[in-house]
Amino acid sequence: MRAYYSLFKMRVLKGLQYRTAAIAGVCTQFFWGIMYIMIFEAFYKSSTTPQPITYNQLVQVIWLQQSFLVLFMLWYRDSELFNQITNGDIAYELCRPSDLYGLWYAKLIGQRLSGAILRCFPIILIAAFLPKPYRFSLPADGISFILFLITITLALLLIVAISMLIYISTFYTMSPTGSLLMIAVAGEFFSGLIIPVPLMPSILRKIVYLLPFRYTSDLPFRLYAGNIGLKEGLLSIGVQLVWILILVWLGRFLMKRAFKKIVVQGG
Amino acid sequence: MKLYLRYVSVLLKSQMQYRTSFILVTVGQFFIPFFMFISVLLLFQRFSTIAGWTLYEVALCYAVINISSSLSECFARGFDTFSMLIVRGEFDRILVRPRTTLLQIFGTKFEFSRIGRLSQGFIALIFSLMYLDVSWDLYRVLTLLLMILSGTFIFTGLYILGATLCFWTVEGLEVVNILTDGGRNFAQYPLSIYQEWVKKFFTYVIPFASVNYLPLQYLLNKANGNLLAHMLAPILGILFIIPCILIWNFGVKHYKSTGS
Repeated sequence: MRAYYSLFKMRVLKGLQYRTAAIAGVCTQFFWGIMYIMIFEAFYKSSTTPQPITYNQLVQVIWLQQSFLVLFMLWYRDSELFNQITNGDIAYELCRPSDLYGLWYAKLIGQRLSGAILRCFPIILIAAFLPKPYRFSLPADGISFILFLITITLALLLIVAISMLIYISTFYTMSPTGSLLMIAVAGEFFSGLIIPVPLMPSILRKIVYLLPFRYTSDLPFRLYAGNIGLKEGLLSIGVQLVWILILVWLGRFLMKRAFKKIVVQGG
Repeated sequence: MKLYLRYVSVLLKSQMQYRTSFILVTVGQFFIPFFMFISVLLLFQRFSTIAGWTLYEVALCYAVINISSSLSECFARGFDTFSMLIVRGEFDRILVRPRTTLLQIFGTKFEFSRIGRLSQGFIALIFSLMYLDVSWDLYRVLTLLLMILSGTFIFTGLYILGATLCFWTVEGLEVVNILTDGGRNFAQYPLSIYQEWVKKFFTYVIPFASVNYLPLQYLLNKANGNLLAHMLAPILGILFIIPCILIWNFGVKHYKSTGS
């Protein structure tokens, strides 16, 4: 456990070094947030029928999505891991006395956390001082904030379990671009990053609820905004836990199978 | 011009060496914006109009912007990755050759895989043309072509501006993407849906209004006042490239080699 922890800490510290990149990221994300909000503002203004998510709740969700983007985007990839697989350095990793799945898992969590810590606070802070229709406000109530904290932690564990599968798929395909691109695009869509889940047509929403993706970036944010009730929130925590268990098990299984017949590339 | 065609044919041959990878990237380039378009469709299913524009009208705007941005990504990709040339000191080589720097940078890269994105734009265009209730005469077709051309010039100008910044910063800046990618995403919807200050910015600073608003009004019979002005507005967008080139030339004069 200590080995995992120190690896995790190293990653966080390493990520915190890239401050300029973080400032650029903050600007970009902030701009993106404003843009999405304006488009939705125009949509909401042109229709009088009540929607399954109010405009104000949607603004909260968009700001949270933008500030925690690094935590939850699927195409945030660690080229170091990919290179290890494709150029054969993986052999060194295999010599180490700890479990590789756990090592990588800790590494990836650390990387995502360090990126998010640098970026989320400035965005949230600025967004909290914007004029009214764009403002980021406090959570709906205390309980939903606690639920938000719990679900966002579990969501991080879940997204890393999903992205581990992408890394493991490289053992089989040897080229990360193809699989990464397809999973990332579909995953982003199904987690409500392109169009918010409550605004999808009901058939599509049913599919989305069956997939693990929405439990990463849709669930915690809508809990914060007060768009999901207490009962559904508690149930969803259970679903999150089940998904984490399934995906981690699947990842370990596939990794073990890949190692049985691994061909070390290069020399 | 002949030299440029020669550049392009060499690049085509080199990209075709990795055929599988090329096909994969092209397909991916098709699907990323395709999900974007689906989301526009889904939003319209829920809201039916946006600030007075219908789905098919927005689709036309979306198509024009996507076609022109992918065209300019094809041609001006060299400017997008320009910081690499500076970092490696390769720009020195370009300076000593007896041709203009602009032509040579245009010739360094040509992204054929953007055909994926381009075809996505054309699908959106066909989709909107099928349902739009507009009688297409010669003037309208000409205006449409002008819009695409003008959009391509604006995006290319933005890429040149972004590359010019590298003369001072050496590193490429992610912030430039706000103007190129962000501009594309903003301009996918007609400009009139946005707040006043956004409209002003995209009219007077970066002239997207001359692509996705004024001529669009003319195409869809929404224009009032001088029709000719609406029709010829895209030409103003094409002129945007002139200050960009001037700034580029100023940047070239400022250039200090990184050595190595």
